[in-house]
Amino acid sequence: MSARTKRIEATRRARAFVILSTLLAAFLSYPALAANPTSEVNTTGLAVTDDTVTVGILHSVTGTMAISETGSVQAEKLAIKQINDMGGVLGRKIEVIQEDGASDWPTFAEKSKKLLVKDKVAAVFGCWTSASRKAVLPVFEQYDGMLYYPTFYEGLEQSPNVIYTGQEATQQIIAGIDWVVREKGAKTFYLLGSDYIWPRTSNKIARKHIEKLGLKVVGEEYYPLGHTQFNSVINKIKLRKPDVIYAIVVGGSNVAFYKQLKAAGIDLASDKWTLLTISVTEDEILGIGGENIEGAYAAMKYFQSLPNPNNQAFVKAFKEMWGDEIVIGDVTQAAYLGPWLWKAAVEKAGSFDIPKIREASPGIELETAPEGYVRIHENHHLWSKTRIGLAKEDGQYEVVYETDELMEPDPFPAGYQ
Amino acid sequence: MSSPTSRAFATRGEILAFATLAVLLLAVLPASMEIFRLNLFGKYLTYAFVAIGLVLCWGYGGILSLGQGVFFGLGGYCLAMFLKLEASDPEATKIQSTPGIPDFMDWNQLTELPWFWVPFESLGFALVAVVLVPTLFAGLIAFAMFKRRVGGVYFAIITQSIAAILTILIIGQQGLTGGVNGITDLRTLKGWDIRTDEAKLVLYYVNAFLLLGALVFCHWVLGTKFGRILVAMRTREDRVRFSGYDVASFKIFVFCLAAALSAIGGAMFTLQVGFMSPSFVGIVPSIEMVIFAAVGGRLSLLGAVYGTLLVNWAKTTFSETMPELWLLAMGGLFIAVVLFFPNGLAGLWQSFRQPLMHAIRRHAPAGSVVADAAPEGGTR
Amino acid sequence: MFEGYSWAELGSIFAMQGFAGLSLFSVLVLMALGLAIIFGQMGVINMAHGEFMILGAYVTYLCSNFFAENLPALFSGYFLIAMLLAFLASASLGALVEWGLIRHLYKRPLDTLLATWGLSLILQQVYRSVFGAREVGVTLPDWLMGSFAVTDMIEIPINGVFVMFLTLGITAGVWLWNFRSSWGTQMRAVVQNRVMAGAVGIDTERIDRLTFAIGCGIAGIAGSAFTMIGSTGPTSGQLYIVDTFLVVVFGGAQSLLGTIFSAFAISQSQSTMEFFLSGSMAKVLTLLTVVTILMIRPQGLMSLRVRA
Repeated sequence: MSARTKRIEATRRARAFVILSTLLAAFLSYPALAANPTSEVNTTGLAVTDDTVTVGILHSVTGTMAISETGSVQAEKLAIKQINDMGGVLGRKIEVIQEDGASDWPTFAEKSKKLLVKDKVAAVFGCWTSASRKAVLPVFEQYDGMLYYPTFYEGLEQSPNVIYTGQEATQQIIAGIDWVVREKGAKTFYLLGSDYIWPRTSNKIARKHIEKLGLKVVGEEYYPLGHTQFNSVINKIKLRKPDVIYAIVVGGSNVAFYKQLKAAGIDLASDKWTLLTISVTEDEILGIGGENIEGAYAAMKYFQSLPNPNNQAFVKAFKEMWGDEIVIGDVTQAAYLGPWLWKAAVEKAGSFDIPKIREASPGIELETAPEGYVRIHENHHLWSKTRIGLAKEDGQYEVVYETDELMEPDPFPAGYQ
Repeated sequence: MSSPTSRAFATRGEILAFATLAVLLLAVLPASMEIFRLNLFGKYLTYAFVAIGLVLCWGYGGILSLGQGVFFGLGGYCLAMFLKLEASDPEATKIQSTPGIPDFMDWNQLTELPWFWVPFESLGFALVAVVLVPTLFAGLIAFAMFKRRVGGVYFAIITQSIAAILTILIIGQQGLTGGVNGITDLRTLKGWDIRTDEAKLVLYYVNAFLLLGALVFCHWVLGTKFGRILVAMRTREDRVRFSGYDVASFKIFVFCLAAALSAIGGAMFTLQVGFMSPSFVGIVPSIEMVIFAAVGGRLSLLGAVYGTLLVNWAKTTFSETMPELWLLAMGGLFIAVVLFFPNGLAGLWQSFRQPLMHAIRRHAPAGSVVADAAPEGGTR
Repeated sequence: MFEGYSWAELGSIFAMQGFAGLSLFSVLVLMALGLAIIFGQMGVINMAHGEFMILGAYVTYLCSNFFAENLPALFSGYFLIAMLLAFLASASLGALVEWGLIRHLYKRPLDTLLATWGLSLILQQVYRSVFGAREVGVTLPDWLMGSFAVTDMIEIPINGVFVMFLTLGITAGVWLWNFRSSWGTQMRAVVQNRVMAGAVGIDTERIDRLTFAIGCGIAGIAGSAFTMIGSTGPTSGQLYIVDTFLVVVFGGAQSLLGTIFSAFAISQSQSTMEFFLSGSMAKVLTLLTVVTILMIRPQGLMSLRVRA
């Protein structure tokens, strides 16, 4: 018996030694931790412990918007995984609480409140539609949270509690229209969109810019979200023969619109017609079918086919995590930037406190962004280049142009309101 | 079916059940959860107004409306317009090209307040409008339809279409209505900040008292002669008509009542959540609200409240843990309620309570037996 | 709005616009036929109608993938096979649903509405789990793409013509089935008087199941055809449901002919208004007109009986 007791005692000691040395090793391998005690980097009671920090992801995984938001969730998870593999943020592993906005704006508000009040997350990556952002905005301002919002959107907003990692409207629109005027000699435009704030505001900016250039808008109209019959408007387009069809159709309507355009004999690949869109990313082409949209131009900041090494590594990692079949659109890439920008801000501030991150954010640069180099502007939007992509049959865009300089974000453009 | 026999205002059992709910809403819930969860329950309770309205018009009146979201939304919008105007004082909106009008109007190049917004600068007007606008609208629809004896399925589909039309209209007229974003960022009510925790608590209690008041009122309505005619109408509408009653007027009244209740719910929603959006006016929320009533039991006012709380609580809980399963669970709930317990929670409770009461009575001293086992009021 | 255009241009545009109206008409008929059978004849409010359509669309998607990978030589013919399979898939699911759900509810039409709404939620989630939340793209064979160029301006979409002929064929089939086959006779007998129909030896349960299955099957074909003009995703079916019900109710629920008339009226007015007004307002005005007419004339366009 006593021999056995001794043996047990010995094992116990050995085990204690192993545990101790592991702890010690862990402690030593986290020099950041020693340098950043939790009491110093987290003075406002966020969910930060000595070795973890909790963030929230808030997108729709159910409902009509799940189609679009799935890519953003995947990108954010990839970025967080990569950051964790590199040792986390200030020596702390990122843990994620994911909530479902269910394509319903009040649900977004409810869930954002839960994330901020109950879970005390250090940052939230999420929202997609403007409506969901508008719904959560008062919550973030009241409880002082930080939201990283990935979608290209209409501008007219600048909140101290949001970092906008997508482009605002002028960045996308002005470069695109300038390009099509220069390259295609366009004189007349037909503006078309789904009926809600982003297409309407964007078309407003486009119209102002077109008219400023002394050119002409020959038609402008909007169809309800989810509309599936576009034959009448296609006839109107044929009658007016615009040099450029400027389309900001979204969601399921997109598919119907491009299929019917093709069927009606408007061949975008021919010289006769030019279509410029700011709403169709590679994600949407998956549903539309490459053969139906081949020859259309899109103006945005990112395409999956961008040839730079950052992007090649990103695409490879994305496919390794989520499968080979997957495509990556502009918003997905912008969503991927969120966690990295937050990490950079935390490290610059040396703290997870929201006010310090807010102060540290302007000027933060990301050399490793898949789209190239980005920098956070004073107004919490990103400086980024705008590119023109030509849609090809395989569902990818070929980048035919990119602006030489970074475009300055200008959410409240003077002269365009 | 609990057809009321001639009786006092409420039986002892009903008073007990009501008191239980009152204690639950006024004491148990506030005491047992932090303000964030309580605010969520406050939000659920605003849907309960719609659900008890549906008990009246669907359960008792036999009129299924798939457009209750319209009235909820209209009520909510009326109050949101007032709150938005208060939040858009020239000082707070000085960066706009036209200060003093709501931000979304400025984005849409409006330079002055549209005429129908002007009266909403007065709280009194807004409060009256909260109830009156949806009620009149409901009256208009009901008058057109019931006078022509449209009912049942047709009424359901037409109300559903009205919900669709109104949604498209609100979204399309974004300069006037805020479009798909709705009216957001509401801050104060006559200078009182509605976003603070104390305000949420106060609003929760206001909401709970209003709901309890509405329950008492509806219970009273059902106990009057009107309530019994309603039940008679649902069972044999033609016989009621042949007896000389104007069936259409009764239907119009009950539909308007349900609309008014929904509107109050909508207004309380706006106050507690801080915005109103067209996503409540549409078809999906309108049908979901029907399921709240169905789960609770379409013939039970109290059941409707419990049903609403249960379904919404389940929705929140499920979607926090396994969002994918939520739709399956919700779909299954619809089917189960229809197939297996058409009388919902209230029906389950009845079938559970009856034997229990019998067991208790057997041991109770003679004389204290309450005659509340309602006789089946069949008309076969 | 027409100044500066030649007569030839205007003529062509109006011809095209007429065609657009006709093509919307055939789309509406195709959507509504299945529902007209289920709702009009059986009185069942099938809120999952859109999901049955999307089932057809997904079957088409699977077929196109299968043929592209395994039988590329036969790819040009896959669409016909896909439509047949779509019909079979939706009809089998329909029969199953009738057996498990609907047959318990024939006396409670409003409850079928709730139950089938639940069913539609479940189906949406199943599609999302199986096919993913994103929309899928269905590749069409070449012969269904593009258009006939009649003149420089007038170009007739081939898939529009295809949908039209399909609609014509299915309508004829439904008419034959309804009025010229013994099943149709039995079905109408069951609809008119279930007890008597049973008494004269008609197997009413079988007829119910068959009718429901055929209605769903037609929805499946419609969904398959709509992959040519619309999107295929878990929630795409929801886009059609309000329009579909309005067409059927507006036509007078128990009349197949009424459904066709109402589809014609709605499609023509909508496509004309869309041409002269902007999109959203055209939609609102069309729906509003239909609802107003229904309030004035609740029995719909083509019904003799007054319902209460």
